[in-house]
Amino acid sequence: MDTFFQWISYIIDNSGLSMLRGARNTLIISFVATILGCLIGFVIGIVQTIPTNKNDHAIKKFLLRLIRVALGVYVEVFRGTPMMAQAFFIFFGSALLFNINMSMWFAAFFIVSINTGAYMSETVRGGILSIDPGQTEGAKAIGMTHYQTMTSVILPQALRNIMPQISNNLIINIKDTCVLSSIGIVELMYASRGAAGANYRYFETFTLTMIMYLAMTLFFSRLLRVIEKKMEGELNYDLATHDTLAHTSGMYNYPMKEGKR
Amino acid sequence: MSENILEIRHLVKNFGGNEVLKDINFNVKKGDVICVIGASGSGKSTLLRCINMLETVSGGQILFHGENIVSGKLSVAAYRKKVGMVFQNFNLFYNMSALKNCMVGLRRVLKIDKLNARRIAINYLHKVGMAPFINARPRQLSGGQQQRVAIARALSMEPEILLFDEPTSALDPQMVGEVLAVMRTLAMEGLTMVIVTHEMAFARDVSSRVVFMHDGVICEEGLPKQIFNDPQKQVTKDFLARFMRG
Repeated sequence: MDTFFQWISYIIDNSGLSMLRGARNTLIISFVATILGCLIGFVIGIVQTIPTNKNDHAIKKFLLRLIRVALGVYVEVFRGTPMMAQAFFIFFGSALLFNINMSMWFAAFFIVSINTGAYMSETVRGGILSIDPGQTEGAKAIGMTHYQTMTSVILPQALRNIMPQISNNLIINIKDTCVLSSIGIVELMYASRGAAGANYRYFETFTLTMIMYLAMTLFFSRLLRVIEKKMEGELNYDLATHDTLAHTSGMYNYPMKEGKR
Repeated sequence: MSENILEIRHLVKNFGGNEVLKDINFNVKKGDVICVIGASGSGKSTLLRCINMLETVSGGQILFHGENIVSGKLSVAAYRKKVGMVFQNFNLFYNMSALKNCMVGLRRVLKIDKLNARRIAINYLHKVGMAPFINARPRQLSGGQQQRVAIARALSMEPEILLFDEPTSALDPQMVGEVLAVMRTLAMEGLTMVIVTHEMAFARDVSSRVVFMHDGVICEEGLPKQIFNDPQKQVTKDFLARFMRG
């Protein structure tokens, strides 16, 4: 057992820094890609839920259908194939077919983002559909357009409802970026393999790797739980009044219309 | 005679093969308080939802100040700014406080600056007796309180007509009174209202005209006195008899 801890401290001394750098890259990639993926997901989810009616212009209906089919294909392809295969396909395909040499970072963000986007679009669609239609009717009844209804009423509520899914996606991304090591992106998995190979100590190195992954995922799942709680809003509210005598009893003031009283 | 704000002409609404509204005709003048009564399934709510274009109309015209909004140039959103609606289930925005609920339409639809929007919203919340609760979220309020905020939200837009779709049906008897009291005040102040309701006493006391609907048609229409004391049609008599018995 002594030797185990000796090897651990040896690895920390010799390869700790490169593994930490790898962990940092893992975090940056999964964080940025989750945000970009959510944006993609929101855009697609919104497009998929645009209402159509019979009176709409034929061109609008045709375009909308075309976009929806294209988005449907995108979602099915990226949900239905492994990310590692996609990574090879995109990284080498872009070089061969279009002569684009993706930088390491660009490739990483690109692959993980569109992957997350494919999953998130369905989540967002579900989140939007889960909101009571009465909310949309309430918004329409005060003259809101579809865009205003979405941004003021539906999406804030949908976002709150899908927060657990977003944290889920971030956690999955932190772990799944490890497949990017296969196209030479230096994240935690790549750094760990390097460290293990250099020291010929696989068990000890990957013990450290496990701890580092677990620390990252635990930290972010707890952090997002806190954010979720914040989004629920205050449990209590303050009463407001224009009666100054009531201020002493803890009620709060609000400005009244001028000329009134 | 003042001009008609709203004219409903030969309005028809089908759900599939089911004809819910058959050739509805009636006018709303400024200051009118019209109560629409009738049995469940007679098409009252559908009529109201058609007036606010929440249901697509199958046929006929809805003229707002003489302009057809079913197939006219006036956009539905622009029309809805002038025609408010209060729902059976309140439909307050759950992600906002009572104050924000009333402000959001002013801010985003009417583009009024924050300070004035706040002032207008608080003024109407004050009117419905909900001013102390401006910071509360809808889920923290009782049904009657929510409905009063919903009325304030509709009033904040300063509509020409306010439509009420069974505003007290989802409330328990205790809370019905507080909502009806607010509506009574609005009627006295001359707000134009179309109210679908099962509150017969309210319809009798407050409305300037009562419309009795049966099977998707307007069966009888007239002054509350006429309808309640001297109904002409047998279906009206039967309906009212059932209600008066309780």
